[in-house]
Amino acid sequence: MPLVKDGKIAADLFVHVFDGAELPGDGAILVPAARFLEDPQALLARAGKLGVIWPNNRDIDDLVPYLDRLAAVALVFPSFRDGRAYSQARLLRERYGFEGELRATGQVLRDQFVFMLRAGFDAFEVKKDSDAAAFAATTKRYSVFYQPTGDGRVTALNRRMQLRHSESAGQ
Amino acid sequence: MTSPLQQKIKITGPSMVTANRTSDGIVIYRTAQQGWSASLSDAAVVRTSDEARALLAEANADDVGAVGAYIAPVELKDSGEIKPGNLRERIRSKGLTIDLLPA
Amino acid sequence: MYAYDELDRTLINERVSEFRDQVKRRLSGELTEDEFKMLRLQNGVYLQLHAYMFRVAIPYGTLSSKQLRTLAHVARRYDRGYGHFTTRQNIQYNWIKLSELPDALADLAEVGIHAMQTSGNNMRNVTSDQWAGVAPGEIEDPRIWSEILRQHTTLHPEFSFLPRKFKIAITASDHDRAAIKIHDIGLRLYRNAEGETGFEVLVGGGLGRTPFIAKTIKPFVSRRDILSYVEAILRVYNQYGRRDNIYKARIKILVHELGIEKFAAEVEEEWEHIRDSALTLEDSVIEEIRSRFSYPAYDKLPHMPEELKKTAHDPHFEAWRRNSVFTHKVQGYSIVTLSLKPVGGPPGDATADQMDAVADLADKYSFGEIRVGHEQNLVLPHVAKRDLPALWKALDKIGLATPNINLVSDIIACPGLDYCSLANARSIPIAQELTRRFANHETANMIGRLHINISGCINACGHHHVGHIGILGVEKNGEEFYQITIGGRADENAQMGTLIGPAVPYGDVADVIEDIVEAYLALRARPDELFVDTVKRLGVEPFRERVYATR
Repeated sequence: MPLVKDGKIAADLFVHVFDGAELPGDGAILVPAARFLEDPQALLARAGKLGVIWPNNRDIDDLVPYLDRLAAVALVFPSFRDGRAYSQARLLRERYGFEGELRATGQVLRDQFVFMLRAGFDAFEVKKDSDAAAFAATTKRYSVFYQPTGDGRVTALNRRMQLRHSESAGQ
Repeated sequence: MTSPLQQKIKITGPSMVTANRTSDGIVIYRTAQQGWSASLSDAAVVRTSDEARALLAEANADDVGAVGAYIAPVELKDSGEIKPGNLRERIRSKGLTIDLLPA
Repeated sequence: MYAYDELDRTLINERVSEFRDQVKRRLSGELTEDEFKMLRLQNGVYLQLHAYMFRVAIPYGTLSSKQLRTLAHVARRYDRGYGHFTTRQNIQYNWIKLSELPDALADLAEVGIHAMQTSGNNMRNVTSDQWAGVAPGEIEDPRIWSEILRQHTTLHPEFSFLPRKFKIAITASDHDRAAIKIHDIGLRLYRNAEGETGFEVLVGGGLGRTPFIAKTIKPFVSRRDILSYVEAILRVYNQYGRRDNIYKARIKILVHELGIEKFAAEVEEEWEHIRDSALTLEDSVIEEIRSRFSYPAYDKLPHMPEELKKTAHDPHFEAWRRNSVFTHKVQGYSIVTLSLKPVGGPPGDATADQMDAVADLADKYSFGEIRVGHEQNLVLPHVAKRDLPALWKALDKIGLATPNINLVSDIIACPGLDYCSLANARSIPIAQELTRRFANHETANMIGRLHINISGCINACGHHHVGHIGILGVEKNGEEFYQITIGGRADENAQMGTLIGPAVPYGDVADVIEDIVEAYLALRARPDELFVDTVKRLGVEPFRERVYATR
């Protein structure tokens, strides 16, 4: 499963550590939420970057106290039809100011890339190689956005207001 | 998705497998020659649940050519003619029951 | 009319190009049907019994003549020469080919029409009063708010994969023509005691297998806050709406299960975080959208022009005028409803030729503007009264002057089992038979306002629950049966109808409806007591007796 990071296919520096599996001594790891919450301090004290895989049916409030010490949060799309992680992503980025890697995992397909980017994701465990290869082209498809989100893209309304100002200034 | 091979399929009479063609959506019937036909008279008629399951699995394997394959009942005339087995299939095979435009 | 600017046009074209690529990937086998289904639904493409069905949005029911001509063109070029106007200000084509769809979309995009989010689990077409902007006594044009919401909900990065579909309707009149109480969110624009204009926000209405009338979640939300408040509702719904059972996934179930107070508290908490954000609608922003709406330059015209006086002796014209012509906010003008319910015709269908002819008439008599209402009729919203006789003659020629608006033959009906893969029973032939039974205009007029709504299955696209008489098709042992309810209504006093008894077979439906109507005529207190009021006064029992005594 290819990883797209910062718009390009990249090596995954994080090792997925599943429930019950032994922790590697160092290096970056991604652990499931339940395992993380069993003993967060121990995991945070460990050498190496830490990321948490957070399920989409658990309030992210439980994760908020640790955000500034996490290198990554992976949110889950169990099916591409299940959009709960979009809300979680926006809350993490826009309300709680999370600046680490925000990774989309699960059924991550080409046709969701733009939505995910706009919601604040910057890393994608893409299901199909062909979709990962098409990432750059797909995300350039849209140039107009109606909604203000935390991704900083200028909305259609803002562009219109700027145009109005420049027009009235020129008169 | 559950594979059709695992689905509980039980038929109570002669049946066929029908779907819609992907490119234009028209009604099609699975033939005995592992293809599709727009004519109900070409449909492969199955009589046992095992046959029905196998025919549906084969139809579902053609995901590019057909959409939404399912098993539907047919009525077999003494002449060998295949007739749709319920109202829904009658409408699919014969078209609208209404006049398109006001009389 | 709202005029699309370069940005709106660019976005639609970008969406067409994306969908073209998605169709290409599907036809080449790169996408499975399971993957493609969601993508096609997000762009209004269903698979029905005979073919793909393509649903195109008519935001808040407003069309220009140019747009209507393009809808006619699509019907002719890509379909079978007709289209079906739905109960949510959309038009559906029944015979479209997937391989040709991208071209049809490109043609529509040229006149600023799209099919984005006309199906799928996202925010659907934002609907409004078909008389918006011309209704006397309206607070302000609700379409400005519909357009603000249309833009905000189009390709929303957070809410494009909701638990289930989500529908918003807006009205700004005392009389609700937009059926806001049966929507996921209903917005009623009004002026509060302090003189400020804002919204009563209702939530959790809907029909289907578990019908609910929407409840007021907040009695007043100011204009500047409406977008953030809607966003808060959606965020709560996206996170907590049920996803384990498709039949329990609509927001009405979440509201019902939590209770409106608890749900409101959740929304309030979320809203506190976002009410002062980029979603705040400053006056300048509202003004920017408002400025893109253009209004006709009305002439100063007499209330009763000579042309009208001269034609008043023609009883056919008068019957039509009294039935289909309504008061406009500007003196000398009228709102004219065009019945798409001719005797014996499928409700809501229009041919490409009719669409072209209506477009021409709109240019000639209605400042080039047409509206579409949820009752599946068309409207010419700005007709000078002096032009009414000429318009009537022209409409009569194309079969669009049936004087049955709001009468018993002005039936709302879904496509039913003739087209729809979800249907259990046919709707259209039932409607056709009823229009024949009640073809006599004097009789229909004597009966008065009576809304019959027909759905071919429990999903209730024909809004049967809120018909004065509701007819619901069900299947019993392979046969079509119909449950009849009475006393429902979809307006500001919206309520669900009550079942009158066991379902009746296909062949008996028209007789039963005639019995119900006869019972009403015998029971009504005065000639002007409407059917629905008689049912309210007496309950269903006398009607039940009448229908089942001999059956």
